[in-house]
Parts: sequence; structure tokens; C-alpha cells
Amino acid sequence: MVDALVQLLDATIRVSVPLLLACLAGLYSERAGIFDIGLEGKMLAGAFAGASAAAVSGSAWVGLLVAILTAVFLALVHGFASITHRGNQIVSGVAINFIAAGSTIILGQAWFQQGGRTPPLSGPARFEPIILPGADALRDVPVLGIIYSELLSGHSLLVYVAFLMVPVTWWVLFRTRFGLRLRAVGENPAAVDTAGISVTWLRYRAVILTGVLTGAAGAYLAVAQNAGFVKDMTAGKGYIALAALIFAKWKPVPAMYACLLFGFLDAASIRFQGAEWPLVGRVPVQLINALPFILTVILLAGFIGKAIPPRAGGVPYVKER
Amino acid sequence: MSAPFARLPRWADYGLVPVINLFVAFLVAGVVVLLVGENPLEAAGILVKGAFGSGQNIAYTLYYATNFIFTGLAVAVAFHCGLFNIGGEGQAYIAGLGVALVSLGFDSVLPWWLTFPLAILTAAAMGAAWAFIPAYLQAKRGSHIVITTIMFNFIAASVMVYLLVGPLKPASSMAPQTRDFLDGAQLPKLGWLLEAVGLSVRSAPLNVSFLLALLMAWVVWVLIWRTKLGYEMRTFGFSPKAARYAGISEARIIVVAMLISGALAGMMALNPIMGDQHHMTLDFVAGAGFVGIAVALMGRSHPAGIVPAAILFGMLYQGGAELAFEMPNISRDMIVIIQGLVILFAGALEHMFRPAIQTIFASISPRSMGVPAPKGKGA
Repeated sequence: MVDALVQLLDATIRVSVPLLLACLAGLYSERAGIFDIGLEGKMLAGAFAGASAAAVSGSAWVGLLVAILTAVFLALVHGFASITHRGNQIVSGVAINFIAAGSTIILGQAWFQQGGRTPPLSGPARFEPIILPGADALRDVPVLGIIYSELLSGHSLLVYVAFLMVPVTWWVLFRTRFGLRLRAVGENPAAVDTAGISVTWLRYRAVILTGVLTGAAGAYLAVAQNAGFVKDMTAGKGYIALAALIFAKWKPVPAMYACLLFGFLDAASIRFQGAEWPLVGRVPVQLINALPFILTVILLAGFIGKAIPPRAGGVPYVKER
Repeated sequence: MSAPFARLPRWADYGLVPVINLFVAFLVAGVVVLLVGENPLEAAGILVKGAFGSGQNIAYTLYYATNFIFTGLAVAVAFHCGLFNIGGEGQAYIAGLGVALVSLGFDSVLPWWLTFPLAILTAAAMGAAWAFIPAYLQAKRGSHIVITTIMFNFIAASVMVYLLVGPLKPASSMAPQTRDFLDGAQLPKLGWLLEAVGLSVRSAPLNVSFLLALLMAWVVWVLIWRTKLGYEMRTFGFSPKAARYAGISEARIIVVAMLISGALAGMMALNPIMGDQHHMTLDFVAGAGFVGIAVALMGRSHPAGIVPAAILFGMLYQGGAELAFEMPNISRDMIVIIQGLVILFAGALEHMFRPAIQTIFASISPRSMGVPAPKGKGA
């Protein structure tokens, strides 16, 4: 019983990580007043670039770096369109999703000739699981032993980084001057401007952070969780992260819980596929897959608290006319 | 940048600027072709030939264009009301359920010319119904329509997968699709139109829903520019505040605009299901709902722009298939990139080249700016 539960939670952690990284990525951007529905595209492009670079160089670290650079580039395109040229942020995000979806397939096929896959990664080209000290020794301790050795130990570096990013993000946003300004620029850019701080530069820094984290999310997918890129491997995770962000009302710690909840649904839907439940019978797997989206709509409808986005979100800032 | 944008002549505003944006989008797409190691000009040649080279190719191009006219109009109607309907994909998918149910129910009883109107109404109603909830939530609860329509796309996909692998699948079959429709639910082809001018179309699936799409383009034009409702929608899209002062009900106009938008997106389902495959398959929408965004942006939300933009994307779809055949490094996914680039340059970066164009215009012919030149009010 404990075994099964630990396995389920272990799987939950694994599938939550890309959601969490993407969700925190969106948090920086949206808190600065730049809506970003291009999380999916940046994550996908990051995954492809990361897997390609890791395959060519044989180093997972090079993969991570290239994944981040690629995602940052797309984030800057989004910034260029929505900050510099005051374009529609939603339109720009949609465009980035398509560009990423198409080019990962085209370039993948042209470069590697494996039907859109990148060559399988192994050894140092992947982020290997990290065994925490004493994990093997403590394995036989009842309950706590298995929790430590299975649930906490044995994940790749990016998993620990992702969860570490939660307090870090909280600290950056709520305890630093940069964070205060970042939040201010998402609520009232005119006030920030009046204080003599560049709205443009602040927002650009926010979208760059978004790029870094989505790139890391992509690298996790292709270089740590899986051994290479397969076409359309994000499969809507960017949108689930967006849903989680709304669900968490644009706050870092609730964002982690939301991602864990959606990750748990995903892990459970795989594990209990076709299982019979008392009272309800067999729950269709499609229902569980759709649950994050349904929950978000119910939340947005105002039935579970109220999700209030940053006030200046989606509105390009015009200094003066 | 603090100077107000000077006015360009209408032909430049509606013709030149979009053409330049489009040109840049294709230029970047050409760079991708280069990255893949092929010659972009050669690729463009094969693409155009693949789209218009024979009667059959033209018929296929128009068949794909039919889908995009519907979805493009859907996005455009919502745009006019200041709403961004990303949910065309899901609305069309759910509408397919209506088309399939009408077809399955009546194909053995009624002739096609009775099934077709029934299917049109059902498709429109189902598409509108799927758009209704996001519209209602936006109007009454202020939930952002972009987010809710995205969520509804995923929910629609789950619902349809559930139905197609379960209740709608004939017991004898393994494939996740409905049974084949009988003659009563198969739309007549339009091949004779092209054959009349001496072209051979063979089995191309161009069918009467193309005419329905053109009719709808006209209807949308009448609706937006010639009716009170359209005027209200444009007013609300232009300035919600002004609309409120004019006594236009915010909730009503949002819901009505989204219902029309959803209905138009829903009608897209007729073309592949009744016009071509004669059964409903998994994922028959195949991204057409999203192409509609590019089409509407390119056509500047005007039916006279949407129809050619849809034909252009039809050309990319059909020509792209031929291209994949000739250049194995380029698959049809190239279109997804082009679509993204068109959305980026014609949508998000719409105004990037405008100041430069205005400067050029001002220096060539100050009078064309519509402002006195000596005062130096050019961009």
C-alpha cells in the first residue's frame, strides 16, 4: 500500500516538474504585465534544441544551455512584438506556438532523418538521477525509508532545481527591489515610469526569465525525463501550466500545489487506466485528462474563489502621446 | 514615437502594408527552407505548381480553402467585437458531432439536399453552443475568453476521443471513427465547375460546402457592415465604453458575437465530414481552427480579404503536400511555420513597418498623407 502510494507520488513529481518550471516562467512574465500563451511553444523549442545539442555534443549541460538560449530567443521575439511594438500579446503567443510546433518537426526531420525524433541520448548526454546520501542504507527503514529513498532521492538535478525555484521565485518577487518593481509594472506601469524606472527594460527582463525557465522545462522533458525529443512532446503541458498559473492566482507557492495537483491527475490517470471504482464504476481516462481544464474553467467562472490577473496584463504600455 | 500615426492612403493601408508583412513572413520561411538545405525559390515553384498546376490540384486547393473561409470568418466576427476566439478548433470539432449524428440518423431516409440543411443547422447550433459557455463567462463573470476558449479546445478533444473510441464507433470496427455514411449524407462534388472550363479534377473532394462558405462570407459582410447588430458589434469592439454609453448591452453583444463566431467555426465540419471522408474521424479539424486566426489577421477581418487569404492557405496546404513529395526534407508541417510567421508579422508585428512606410510616403508625396506637409506632421 505504502509502496503503491510512493510510486504514484514519485510519478507525480516527475510529471509535475515541466509544469512547475513553465508555470513559474509564466508567473514572471504575467506578473510584469505580459500575457504569455506561448509557454507551450517555448518549452517545445527548448526541448528540441536541448535534445539536439545534447545529441551532437554528448553533454547534457550543453543541451540545457542551448535549450535555454533557444527559449530566451523566442521570449525576446515575444517581447519585441508585445513590448517594443505594442502588438497584441495573445496573437504573438499564438504565433510563437505555431513557429515552434512547425520548426521542431521540420528541422528535426531534416537534421536527423528519424521522423522528427532526435537520436536517443545516453550516459553524460542525459541528466542522470541523483542518489541522495544514505538512500540505499535507509531503504529498509519502514515507511520513512522508502519515502526518502524512492520519493525524495533518485531524481535528476532539474527536479530539485525546479522545486528550489519555488522559494527562490517567492523571495525574488516579494523580498527584492526587482520583484517589487516587477509586480508594480504589472499592476500600474505608469507609476513605475513616473518613478523613473524603465518599464520596457523591466518587462524585457521578465520575459527573459520566462525564457530561461521554459528552456529548462524543455530540457527536463527531452534530456532528463526522456532520452531525446519526440515530435509534439509537450502535448499541451504549456497550456496546463497556464491553467495552473491561473489556478494559483499568480502566486509561486500555490503554483507549486496547482502543478502537483495537475501532475497527480496525470500520473493517476495513467496508473488507474481502466480501473473500477466503487460507486462510480470506470472513469473514462479522457475525463481525467480534461480535468485540469475543466477545473480551471470552473475557477475562472468564479466558483472557487476569484482569479484576478495582474491589472495591466495584456495592455501594451504607451508612455505618452 | 510620440507623434500620432499619420494616415496612409486607403490602398496602402489595406493593400501595401499587409503585402509587405506577408512578404517578410515568407522571407523568414525561406530562411527555414535554407536551413533544411533546400532551395527556397525552387520550393516556392513546386508549391505554386502543386496548388494550381492541374484541375485536380486547383480543386484540392479550393477544398482546403473552404475550411479556412469558415474558420477565418469565425475569428473575424469575434475580432470585430473585440474578442479573440481561439476556440474555433474545439467548436468545429464539437460541431462535427452534430454533423455526424444528423448524417447517421438521416442518411438512409432523406436525400442529400434535405440532410445538408439539417446538418448546417445542427453544426452551427453545436458550434455556437460550445462557444456559448466561454462567451457567457466572459460577459457575466469576466473570465478571460482567450483562456476559456483554449480550455474548451482541450475539453472538446477529450469529449470527442471518448465518443469516437466508444459510443460512436461501430462494434465491428477497430478504427476510431463512425460508420461510413450512405448517399443521403454525401455532398455532391463541384468538379463539374472546373471541368466546364476544360480541366480534369478526377476525385478531388471540392464540394458544395465551398459555395456555402462563399455565401457565408457575403452574409458576414452584410451582417458586419449593413446591419444594426454589426454596427453594435463594431462599436463595442472599437470602444466598449462608447458602446455602453450608446446603450448597447455588453453581455448581449459579447454572447451574440461569440454565438455567430462559434456557428461559423462549426460549419467548417461539414466540408471534411460530409463532403470528403463520409465518416467522422479523430481530429478531422486538423488545425483548421487555428489557421482561421492567420486567415482573419491576413484578411484584416474583412470577407473580401478572408476569401483570398483562405485560398492562399489552401494553396499552402495542397502545394505543401506536393512539396513534401518532391523535397523529402520538407513536410506539410512547413505550413505550420508559415502560419505562425504570418500570425506574427501580420498580427503581432502589424505596425512594425508602418512608421517607415509613412515616412516614405510623406517624402514622396506629402499631399497623400492627408495632412498639411509644411507643418511636418508626418510620422
